Amino acid sequence: MRGRPLLHTSYEADQSILNTTTKKVVMALFLGFLVLLPFTGGAESSGERLFDFSIPFVGFLSSNDYLQLLATVCIFAIGALGLNLLTGVAGQVSLGHSFFMGVGAYTAVWLGAPEGPLLGLGLPIWIWLPAAGLVPAAIGLLVGPTAVRVRGLYLAIVTLGLVFIGEYVFRNWRSLTGGSQAGRSFQELDVRLWKEETPLIEISQDGAWASTNGKGFLMLLVLLIVFTVIAKNLQRSRAGRAFQAIRDRDVAAEVMGVDEFRYKLLAFGISSFYAGVAGALLTAFLGRTIPERWDLILAVQFIAIILIGGAGTVSGTLMGSAFVIMLPRVVQNGTEWLRAAIEEGGFIATIADPIVVTDPTDGGIINTLPGVGPGLSVLQANQVLYGLLIIGFLIFEPLGLYGIWLRIRNYWKGWPFTY
Amino acid sequence: MNELILILAQTGTRETPLAAAISEGLSLGAIYALLAMGFVIIFKATQVLNFAHGALAGLGAFLVASFATLINFPGRYLPESVPQWLSWTLSALCALIAAALVGMILERVFIRPMIGEELFAVAIVTLGIDIALRNVTNDFIGTDPRPLGDPWGLNILDLGWITFAHTEVAQILVSIVLVSAVALFFRTKTGIAMRATAFDQEAARAQGINVGRIFSISWAIGAVMAAVAGIFVSVYPRRAAGVDPSTAFFAFKALPAIILGGLDSVGGAVIGGFAIGIAEAFVGEFVRFDFLGSGFAGIVPYLLMLIVLIVRPYGLFGTEEIRRV
Repeated sequence: MRGRPLLHTSYEADQSILNTTTKKVVMALFLGFLVLLPFTGGAESSGERLFDFSIPFVGFLSSNDYLQLLATVCIFAIGALGLNLLTGVAGQVSLGHSFFMGVGAYTAVWLGAPEGPLLGLGLPIWIWLPAAGLVPAAIGLLVGPTAVRVRGLYLAIVTLGLVFIGEYVFRNWRSLTGGSQAGRSFQELDVRLWKEETPLIEISQDGAWASTNGKGFLMLLVLLIVFTVIAKNLQRSRAGRAFQAIRDRDVAAEVMGVDEFRYKLLAFGISSFYAGVAGALLTAFLGRTIPERWDLILAVQFIAIILIGGAGTVSGTLMGSAFVIMLPRVVQNGTEWLRAAIEEGGFIATIADPIVVTDPTDGGIINTLPGVGPGLSVLQANQVLYGLLIIGFLIFEPLGLYGIWLRIRNYWKGWPFTY
Repeated sequence: MNELILILAQTGTRETPLAAAISEGLSLGAIYALLAMGFVIIFKATQVLNFAHGALAGLGAFLVASFATLINFPGRYLPESVPQWLSWTLSALCALIAAALVGMILERVFIRPMIGEELFAVAIVTLGIDIALRNVTNDFIGTDPRPLGDPWGLNILDLGWITFAHTEVAQILVSIVLVSAVALFFRTKTGIAMRATAFDQEAARAQGINVGRIFSISWAIGAVMAAVAGIFVSVYPRRAAGVDPSTAFFAFKALPAIILGGLDSVGGAVIGGFAIGIAEAFVGEFVRFDFLGSGFAGIVPYLLMLIVLIVRPYGLFGTEEIRRV
C-alpha cells in the first residue's frame, strides 16, 4: 500500500463508509462475485440453457439449494440489521423480533396473496412489501410506550410476552394464517405494475439465464444492499448517535438533551420495520408459512446473529447472519464427511469415531442415522452449537466475529511488528 | 390411560366449574410460585435473570424419571419391605442433589467468568445455556414421554364439593413449605450474605463475604427449585405421561409471575404466581367465546403482565431502580 491511506483531507473522506482504496476494491470484488453467482444459465433441470457458466473453485455455490441458502442469509440479514439497531446500537434487548416478523409476513400475505377462500387482495409487490414494514412499525410504535417505560430485563420479558401473544393470534386467525400447523402458501416475488397476468420481472419461474432461486437471490441481494446502506447511514446520523448515547447511559443521554422517549420509540419503529420486511420476504421467498414459524426460537436465532456477529456493528451483523444461517449446512456436510471418513478408515476415522454415531450400538455426539437413536440429531446439534456459541462469544469475544476480524486486521496492519 | 379418562369423566360430572377452577388455579399457582421463586432467588443473589430455568426444570424432571424408573436408584439396593413412596422419595432426593450439582457446575463454568459484565450479557448467556441444555435433555428424553413413577398416581382427594388430585395437594403443600423455607433462609447468615451480594458485589466482598460461594449456593437452590417445579409439571394432571420436551417450556409462563411480583421480591413471586395461576384457571374455565379461539387461557399471564407493567413498571412489589449517572 503506497502513500498514507488513512490521511483524509476532508470531512467527507474521513466519514465515508469505505474510507480506503483497499476497502473499495475488496468490496467491489465481493459484490461482483455475489452478483455473478446466480448467472449459471438457468436451472439444471430445464433443457433450454442459454450458456453454461460457473465461477471456478466455488462454482458449487451456484447450485439451486446453495442459492436458496444464500438468499435466506440475505433475508435474515435484513431482519438482523433491524434488531442490531434496537439491541446493538440503542441497547434495548428485544426477544420479540419474531413477533414483528410475523406481523410483517401476514400483512404481506393479506395484501399480496391472490383472492381465494383465505384473505388476500392480490396486490403487487411494491404495495405489500412497504406495507409489510409499515404495519409492524406502527404496532412497534403502539407497543413502544410500554416498552419505553420498562427497562433492562423487564423489557426482555415484555417482548418475550409479545411473541407468545402473537403466536396465539396467528394460530387462531385462521382466515388469514391458515391455522395452526397447516399454514398457507404465498410465493410472490414477481414484480408487477398492477394485478395483470404477465409480470414485469418474473422471479417465480426458471429463466434462461438464472434459476428461480438465483433470481430471488439477486433481488434479495439488492434489497439487502439498500437496507444495509440505510442502516449504516442511520447509525452515523444524529439519530444513531442518540441511540448510542442511550445505550451507554440513558440518564446521561437525557441530561445532554437526548429525548430518550422519542429515540427509544424511533428505534422500536425502525427495528420493527426491518423485521416486518424480513418476515414478508422470508414467507414470499420460501413460499409457505405456519403460525408456529414466528416463535421464540426464531427470536433467539436473531439474538444469536447479532451477538455472534458483533452487537452494534453493521458488518458484524452481516457476518453473523451468514454464519448462523450457514452453520446448519456446515454441520450437516461436516457430519456426512466424517461419516464417509469413518467408512474409509485411517487417521481421520479415529478422530471422527467418537463424534459421529454410525450405527445404533455406536457411541457418539452427532447422529446421522434416520429416525431416533443415540446421540444428538443434526438439528439438535445445531441448536446446542448456537447455545454454546452465544455463551462462548459473550465470554471470550464480546465484539463477535467483527472483533475477531478487527484483531486479524490489526495484526497484519502492523506486521511484522506487534504494534 | 383408560383409567385416567374414567377419572376425568367422574370428576367432570361431580365438580362445579367454580370448584374446578379453584383447584386448578391453586395447583397451577403453586407451580408458578415454585418456578418464580427459583428465578427470584438467583436474581436476588446474583442479579442474573436465569432464562435457563425452564431447561433446569426439564432436566430436573428427567433426572427424577431416570433415578426413579430407569435405573431405580437407590431403590434397587433397598429391601423389598421398603414402601414404594419411600424409595421414590429417596430417588427424587438423589435427583435433586444431582440437579443442584448441575446448577453449580453451570454457574462455575458459564456464569462466574461473566461477573462484573453487563446484566444483559449475563442474561443472554443463560439464554445460551437454556438452548444447549434443553436440547441435550430432549435428546435424552427422546420421542416418548418418560414417566416419573410418582407415588401419587391418579388418586383423587374428594372434599365433597371440590376435588383435588393427590399431586395437586402435594404441589400446594410443597410450595408452601419451600416458600417458607426460602423466606426463613434469607434471614440466616448465608441469606443475609446473599442479599448483601445482590446489593453490591464489591462491598460484600470487602466485608468478607465469599461472593463466588454465594453464587454457587444460589444456583444450587435455583436448580433444585426448578427441578421440584419440573416434577409437578410432569405428573398428573398436567402431563400424566411424564416428562417430555414441552416441560422445559412451561417455565416461560412463570416469567409473568415474577414480573407481576417484581423481579427481586420473594413474597411478590408467590403472590404473582398464585394470581396468575388462578387467573389462567378461571379464564380457562369461564371465558368461552368462539372468536377467542383455542388456547386463550395460555396467554392470560402475558396479558396480565402487560397491563401491570403499564401501571407499575417495576411490578407490584419490586424495588424501583434508582437511576444514577
